[in-house]
Amino acid sequence: MSFAGIRRPVPRFDHGSRVPGWDESVDLTKDPAVIPDPATTPVPDDLRQKIEAAMAKYPDRRSATIPALHAAQDLHGWCSPEAITQVAAVMQVTPAYLISVATFYDMFKTTPKPRNDVYVCTNISCSLRGADEVFAALQEIATDEVDVRSFECLGACDIAPMASVNGEYVGPLTVEDAPELIAQLVAGKPVLEHKQLRYRRCADPGVAEGARDFGPPSDETERADTAGLAPEDEVADRPGPTAPIEEAEDTE
Amino acid sequence: MKILFDGIDEPGLNTLAVYERRGGYESLRKALTMEADAVLQNIVDSGLRGRGGAGFRMGQKASFLPHGDMEKYLVCNADESEPGTFKDRELMQKSPHMLIEGIVIATWAAGIHRAFIYIRGEYAHQADILEAAIAEAQGAGYLGERILGSEHSLKLVLHRGAGAYICGEETGLLDSLEGKRGNPRLKPPFPAIEGLYHGPTLINNVETLSTVPHIIRMGGSEYAKLGTETSTGTKLVSVSGDVQRPGNYEIELGIPSREIIYDLAGGPEPGREVKFWFPGGSSSPVLTKDDLDTPYDFDSMAKAGTMLGSGAIIVVDDSHTVLEVALKVAKFYAHESCGKCVPCREGTNWTVKMLERIESGEATPMDLDIMASVQEQIIGNCLCVLGDAMAMPIGSLVKKFRAELEAEIEAARERANAAALEDVVPLGVADEHAGPVPVH
Repeated sequence: MSFAGIRRPVPRFDHGSRVPGWDESVDLTKDPAVIPDPATTPVPDDLRQKIEAAMAKYPDRRSATIPALHAAQDLHGWCSPEAITQVAAVMQVTPAYLISVATFYDMFKTTPKPRNDVYVCTNISCSLRGADEVFAALQEIATDEVDVRSFECLGACDIAPMASVNGEYVGPLTVEDAPELIAQLVAGKPVLEHKQLRYRRCADPGVAEGARDFGPPSDETERADTAGLAPEDEVADRPGPTAPIEEAEDTE
Repeated sequence: MKILFDGIDEPGLNTLAVYERRGGYESLRKALTMEADAVLQNIVDSGLRGRGGAGFRMGQKASFLPHGDMEKYLVCNADESEPGTFKDRELMQKSPHMLIEGIVIATWAAGIHRAFIYIRGEYAHQADILEAAIAEAQGAGYLGERILGSEHSLKLVLHRGAGAYICGEETGLLDSLEGKRGNPRLKPPFPAIEGLYHGPTLINNVETLSTVPHIIRMGGSEYAKLGTETSTGTKLVSVSGDVQRPGNYEIELGIPSREIIYDLAGGPEPGREVKFWFPGGSSSPVLTKDDLDTPYDFDSMAKAGTMLGSGAIIVVDDSHTVLEVALKVAKFYAHESCGKCVPCREGTNWTVKMLERIESGEATPMDLDIMASVQEQIIGNCLCVLGDAMAMPIGSLVKKFRAELEAEIEAARERANAAALEDVVPLGVADEHAGPVPVH
């Protein structure tokens, strides 16, 4: 006799469905929210400017939905009802429309979460090289300030197993790297700088001799991403969020 | 021969000054002195096939676009999310101007004045670099009104996604770019006729567009001499998984796969050997160690019953079980299915459940037949190929490793029975996977 095939009752959630979370974003006792009145909805100025700049880039203002939600999430920490209302007021779309978009994409948080994101890739290439252990180790020691999630392929299988720490790709990670990673992240320091993808050279031996070296950034190393500038010099000229991107767009 | 990767590690190549010093934007100058049709003819002559996965000829795709004055668009697909693929990331991070130059030339050839780069949201660093490069190119007159004094004008906008595999599918990408959920559309009409904002739209991968300046520099028929007759040129191959030197390699199409996996990427760790490998991302049917001598090009891969896809080789060595890999693949597609078409939404989820049954010892060999039939019923029955992308590798794993899976079923059953007898579970006890308390 086999005990493994015992029929178990179908598990259901309190709301009666087998699907978790289907009722999360709605309050069934309320009428659907309408497009907020821009005159009575306070929106922080910089958020409004960012959304309006994004809308101006496209023939259809709704194309700015994802950039607008990114901006609102950066400000509020997650796509809170307040954030959604503010975006809706500027873009003149319904909150439901924005929620429908926010729930589709993995990078938008529709529940309150810590601000620091650690996405650990647990797809095939990374898991073949031990990503599941790294993920478990990170999850175990994560503090309240860090949101550790397993994520689908992040497009960096050459440094597998890897993680994206607030957008910075680091790898190959070992279980022993986990405490240092979390500690540096919480302290607001650059995370595992010697393992950051931005300093990695091309693996193709035809590109350069010694290309396989995973160059930890010594002080003499010229960095492929910093326009040949020394790390500390002229931060404003470096490509990155500090570069005057919006001004350049506006002067057209 | 290095074309795309020539000097890719030069410090500061992402800036205009260094790119220009290396001869950057010369192809654009050359293209703008030519008739648009002549530029397009060069792309047709080059035989360049799309590097994103489908391998469709770029010149042919561009010539499908209707002529006339309507708003036409070019969208560069930089949503590289096929597991195992990371070639576009290296190109955009290290040589963003090559992509911009390719886009300007392609839009000139196809008579387009508005272009978008859709980059996946996770590539924050690469997006920052591209944004800075676009601003630089704009300042130098390579973008904007009347580029370099010619009749061509182009507005290029970088659009960041927010994490969804399905947005790499061209029509899902268009919906996402229009600000909606990234659900694929019914085809036809194909994007070349009705795409972004209902206008004719040319969609190409980063690597494809980055190759365009080199085609103009070399001449289309000269470029076509590289590679094989039907798979011309060089290709970036992302090798990952159980190899000693994972990374991107530029190869001439048609070299034996063994050369890529062993000579370039170093092969599996000493003492291990290749068990099977995905030749074109996790969506491609797997090949085994007997297929290592297959030439790496579009047609040879098709002949071997698989596809070159995005050029992402994932190697699995004999220290891993087939079940473990199949479960990872299936879970990924179940998570990423957008839910629009029933065969994909249900098929991916049931495949995961059936594989988990094997793991927990509840499966019988008949499950393998059911699983194979589920895969057959997904293929070709959905709006896009996400479901097929799971069905093909899982189907090929079940077919090629049936004996191992049957042995695994037997072993897991015995394990489960032994555990059940050791620690008898009362009937009706809550499922540990259930989460909240059952309401029965």
